[in-house]
Amino acid sequence: MADPMRIRATLTGDTVEVKVLMSHPMETGLRKDADGKLVPAHYIDTVKASYNGKDVMTAEWGPAVSKNPFLAFRFKGGSKGEKVTVTWHDTAGDTRTDEAAIQ
Amino acid sequence: MSMSRRAFLQTGAGATALLVVAAAGFTPRLGLAATEPAAAPDPRKPFQGHTLDEVVKAMGGSNAQQSSEIALQAPEIAENGAVVPLVIESKLPGTRMIAIVSEKNPHALSAVFNIPEGAEAYVMTRVKIAETSKVTAIVQTDKGFFYTDQLVKVTLGGCGG
Repeated sequence: MADPMRIRATLTGDTVEVKVLMSHPMETGLRKDADGKLVPAHYIDTVKASYNGKDVMTAEWGPAVSKNPFLAFRFKGGSKGEKVTVTWHDTAGDTRTDEAAIQ
Repeated sequence: MSMSRRAFLQTGAGATALLVVAAAGFTPRLGLAATEPAAAPDPRKPFQGHTLDEVVKAMGGSNAQQSSEIALQAPEIAENGAVVPLVIESKLPGTRMIAIVSEKNPHALSAVFNIPEGAEAYVMTRVKIAETSKVTAIVQTDKGFFYTDQLVKVTLGGCGG
């Protein structure tokens, strides 16, 4: 199981800025290891963030997103103390969900 | 020891029942797999494209227009192509989607972000860029596709991991 995400959600005015740091190798499937064998592709292909049961951001990723992906996005209409939930799914079928309270 | 008729029938019936269960378990799943792609357009298809036009076409658009209303912040020189920070902000009304494309990567499309209503057209992330090339931000609004690009010089490629 993958390591937890680090999520920070801050409220400024009426906008919530969410910063997410995921822990994932993001293998492209094109890289070779020390023995010259191809490392199989293993990357996050979908990310979903929701607030109050409503999607505030969804993303489709390819292997070209950097290792240990960082992501920031903004949405309107959040309030302090409420939770933002982020879920990712990768090409190996793994999935992880974490949440953070808006500060 | 020879098998009695009763024992033979019992094991035989058990095996048949198992076969029936196995068949019943597999066929509906096969049927589902066959119908699924037709129900929704494949969101992975744009990732097969190698150029900006191919990617836009796979997303269901054509003729993306250059727009100065999209702000793309990228470094002019990236020392490490494996980690290139990008900030994209769109001022176009009704922005629904933001995508990142680098044409010289093995696959042009890096990431797609869907912006639901209520969310701001702002994304910050980090991508891999294989070699010096233009990085393009595509934005889809109700009126079609728009883009803006910037050249990023890479001194160390992003394929090394």
